[in-house]
Amino acid sequence: MKKTELPRWATAFVLPLLNLVSALLVAALAIHLLGESPLESLAILINSAIINPEGLSYTLFYASTFIFTGLAVSIAMKGGLFNIGAEGQMYVGGLGLTVALLTLDHTLPAWLLVPAAMVGSALFGAAWAFLPGYLQARRGSHVVVTTIMFNFIAADMMNFIIVKYLIPEGQQNPASRVFSDAAALPQLNTWFPVLGDTPLNISFLIAIAALVIYGVMVWRSSWGYQLRATGLNQHAAHYAGVSISRMVIVAMLVSGALAGLAAVNSVMGSTHYLSLNFPAGAGFVGIAIALMGRQHPVGIFLSSVLFGALIQGGFDLSLEKPNIPQETFIFIQGLIILFCGAMEHFYGPAVLKLINLGRKG
Amino acid sequence: MQPAVEFRKISKAFGAVQANADVSFTINQGAIHGVIGENGAGKSTLMSILYGYYRADSGQLLIGGQERAIRTSHEAIALGIGMVHQHFMLVENMTVLDNVMLGSEGGFKLAAHRKQVEAKLREICTRYRLDVDPLAFVHDLSVGAQQRVEILKQIYRSANILILDEPTAVLTAQETASLFEILRLFKEQGKTIILITHKLGEIMEITDQVTVMRSGRVVGAVDTVSTSKEQLANMMVGRPIQSELPRAPFKPGAPVLQVQNLNLVDAQGVKLLDDVGFTLRAGEIVAIAGVSGNGQSQLMEILSGMRLPTSGRVDFLGRQLPYAGRAHADGLPATFRKLGIGHVPEDRLRDGVIKDFSVMQNTVFGYQDRVRNRWGLFDFNAIAKRCSHLLEAFDVRPQNPDLRIGLLSGGNQQKVVIAREVSAQPKLMLVGQPTRGVDIGTIEAIHTQLLRLRDEGVAILLVSVELEEVRALADRIVVMSGGRITGELNIEEFDTTRIGLLMGGMHKS
Amino acid sequence: MDDFHIASILVSTIRNAPVLMFAAMAGLFAERSGIVDIGLEGKILASAFTSAAVAYSTQNVWYGIGAGIAVSVALAMLQGYVSITQKGNQLVCGIAINIAMSGLTFVLAQYFFQQGGRTPDLGQARLFDVVLPGTAFVSNIPGLGWFYGHLLGGHSILVYLAFALVPLVHWVVYHTRFGLRLRACGENPHAADAAGVSVEATRYTAMLIAGVLCSFSGAYLAIVQSGFFLRDMSAGAGYLALTALVFGNWRPVYTVFGCLMFGFFGALQIQMEGVDLPVVGRIPGSLIHMIPYVVTVIVLAGLMAKSVAPKAIGKPFVKSR
Repeated sequence: MKKTELPRWATAFVLPLLNLVSALLVAALAIHLLGESPLESLAILINSAIINPEGLSYTLFYASTFIFTGLAVSIAMKGGLFNIGAEGQMYVGGLGLTVALLTLDHTLPAWLLVPAAMVGSALFGAAWAFLPGYLQARRGSHVVVTTIMFNFIAADMMNFIIVKYLIPEGQQNPASRVFSDAAALPQLNTWFPVLGDTPLNISFLIAIAALVIYGVMVWRSSWGYQLRATGLNQHAAHYAGVSISRMVIVAMLVSGALAGLAAVNSVMGSTHYLSLNFPAGAGFVGIAIALMGRQHPVGIFLSSVLFGALIQGGFDLSLEKPNIPQETFIFIQGLIILFCGAMEHFYGPAVLKLINLGRKG
Repeated sequence: MQPAVEFRKISKAFGAVQANADVSFTINQGAIHGVIGENGAGKSTLMSILYGYYRADSGQLLIGGQERAIRTSHEAIALGIGMVHQHFMLVENMTVLDNVMLGSEGGFKLAAHRKQVEAKLREICTRYRLDVDPLAFVHDLSVGAQQRVEILKQIYRSANILILDEPTAVLTAQETASLFEILRLFKEQGKTIILITHKLGEIMEITDQVTVMRSGRVVGAVDTVSTSKEQLANMMVGRPIQSELPRAPFKPGAPVLQVQNLNLVDAQGVKLLDDVGFTLRAGEIVAIAGVSGNGQSQLMEILSGMRLPTSGRVDFLGRQLPYAGRAHADGLPATFRKLGIGHVPEDRLRDGVIKDFSVMQNTVFGYQDRVRNRWGLFDFNAIAKRCSHLLEAFDVRPQNPDLRIGLLSGGNQQKVVIAREVSAQPKLMLVGQPTRGVDIGTIEAIHTQLLRLRDEGVAILLVSVELEEVRALADRIVVMSGGRITGELNIEEFDTTRIGLLMGGMHKS
Repeated sequence: MDDFHIASILVSTIRNAPVLMFAAMAGLFAERSGIVDIGLEGKILASAFTSAAVAYSTQNVWYGIGAGIAVSVALAMLQGYVSITQKGNQLVCGIAINIAMSGLTFVLAQYFFQQGGRTPDLGQARLFDVVLPGTAFVSNIPGLGWFYGHLLGGHSILVYLAFALVPLVHWVVYHTRFGLRLRACGENPHAADAAGVSVEATRYTAMLIAGVLCSFSGAYLAIVQSGFFLRDMSAGAGYLALTALVFGNWRPVYTVFGCLMFGFFGALQIQMEGVDLPVVGRIPGSLIHMIPYVVTVIVLAGLMAKSVAPKAIGKPFVKSR
């Protein structure tokens, strides 16, 4: 019997894979036009990001950040909200953890500083997402444009705060002072020396825990059920007794908190001080991850690792091939969002035809 | 004379659904031709093919004796075919004039033709007694007037074949009579009219010939004079309809719901509900009868907690419903459910179910807080057990809890909704258009279920536009028109004419 | 307070507005037809880079502008394809284009010019300024001389084009056949379809117009205002333009008022930097820089204007039967 609808496995795996491959093919074309060999570039990338154990460690280190921003965008999406503001929320989350650490890092022991930093970053990140959520819920202001504006406002506000309040005496570099040695995330190379001198730390494990909690919350809890209902059909969710404005605000708060947590890995796990523009686009990568991973925990994980590989491999690639600077990967990110997000059903009809070949109609 | 329209073995399928199968019949020129059938019979699909929205999979279409392939609505209009849709195709924030000019502007610059078109519209209005001001904005017009604008559009485009899709669904009795006068004038001018409806009375009153469709096929084509309502009904349904369903003697209990001085004014200052008040007792079915759009939907929304009234008081089981002190109804339906009010909504797909959720997920929709443990997580075993019990008890087909509910037929979706609401054991059931878009067999099942609830002592408030349904279920009837209650009567006093007058706004004197 | 030159603020306002005006007019056509154009930012960047790069390489401004139009239209057609034919998510498409162009323009600028992701200075190959006849004659009259010579006259030709566009856009949208069909597609595409209007064709045409208009925004940024392309130089102009549309209720004339307002704040910002104000003292540059974005949020919160979007906006048109 000819199928009229695509089966689950096609929509969950085949289409996303085809979309990803399309994005990469366009990227390959661009690389070719820039005068480089796509295959050679791919080889350098894979070697640097996956095969080399230190490179793999860096890949997973970047992935840790992306898992959080990917989760942030995903959970908002499940509620029908397109949170473009993960970048700003992560940035302000960084301020939260900095405030916590600068206040406490000489008084508290190491094992309390990490949770303190996490609480600080989550709180500040959530606070930054509150107003867009509130305005959407109560005034109908579209969350897309408000969160974009809050990204710009965050950039200016953080610039002001860092320059005015956080730069230590005599320093020129726009950054806070370095955190004390106690305020450090335990690194995974203490247990796996093969990882070498790389910053991969326990936030990777925390990220995986977050993925599991996300999965349970969204698909197994009453709150997650109400969230998904709101995202699919607000009228019906209202009928079912969901308080839509409360759901929108809470979803944005959770989303902002997750984006804020991404700062923990970036700041505490890497530089050990708050610097200007430290998110460096991680919030936008989160959008690509949420779309590519279809807001599913496993998808988010795989997409985060993929992007981590692109960043790590892209860095080495840009050193070897100056014609392929790291900004190329911003372009690739846009392509992935296009194919996996806006054109997600592009291959649907063709795949359906293929499945129906040989079936009786 | 060549027939105006001839269908020859027209077939059309949408995926697995065969909407039209070998449809063949002719429509004579200058006739008023009725096409009658239940929901899903294929009438609308056939007319969409005639109007160029769809291409038939096979078969021929002849207009005026010549075979035509109508690929777009543009081509249909060029052939003189006009269609007045059930849901009006009007741009609300534009004037009548702009709406008519849309698609036939007569040139790049609008100003050049505006005066001409306006003059022609006024002339058409006078000739057919349409009573519409071309410079009025559509959103300021009544429903009946908007329909006349649709008709005006078709006449302006020199339509010779006019298709009307369920035109009286939104009209009062008086407006229907006016419409039929207009149609008779058209016929005198030699125009052909195709009337799609499921109302037998209208067919008998105004048509010359009737084609009956059922499940995508033509099951009868007769001259109206030589047939009867009963004969048509039999052809439409395929079997004699059971006229009377069993019910226990009427023994109403204590008052469950007391509505007093309920008012609703919308943002534009229009009074949607005007001093509505009535009482509903346990073990009683009160049916709110009236043409769509007279306040019934808003009344249901208020009583279910989905909307706040502007003023008034509602007591449920002796206690006031908590409307006061709120800015909006956000989250209120949950409170009402907890109090014991169940709600089968009028618009199933918009309000009652989540299309993409599974059947099982939909069985807890609205009751998600009753099936979770103290951590907020669902007890899937309990939910699954309850679900399969419900699917079996209410004969939902297919009995697959994991199927996306959007894939079920309308009737089976409705069974899931009713099963869900009933199993919560409410004291009051609000039921809106329970058999809209539902097949005949399921209609009986739903009616039986509602009567059983009533016999068990539940108070039921039913809103229905189908008088037959009202007659079959109600103990008492409340008629609404223009947002007000125009009359109340017991079921023994049921009289179509009287109810029709009340629906049309005539108070009992 | 005498560092405060009201005169130069007004002139700057006039000169800041066109970037937003072109983009807002572009957005107006797209959104009136029913398509949300979040991708204005990407189109501005792409046309800014292309027009600067081509203008430099050919030393001909008009080739540059032409190339910018071509690129912006290509992106608009892509958006149209995704939104209209593929019926995909218009918001996601717009964001994708913005991010993709942010990266691609840098990479291409680096590839062609090796100057750290920017294009070389256009120097002389820029557009001419329009000097109104009789400017020299009145220049000695105080007040009038400035008004005629610097406020009304003396701007780049693109500035006059931007302002001339406004009555033209108004006329097209409200007094032509295309405009009537455009508005119908944005309010009730089913009605347009039933009337025999091709909703797809109208929306594609609207996107084409949007592409052309938006390219002038980028050309203005790169050629007139700076003389070169710089990474991410649009700095949110595409989103500010959308806000102007909300502010102006999708009507051409009121939207332009919104653009002028943003232009005013931008001009104010430059003037206020480094200036000691009474009571508050010197306001840091970054806080002033924030103002347009904060104003946007205030407008969107509905605190400035009650705004009604085209009813069918953002919803792909599917014939429903």
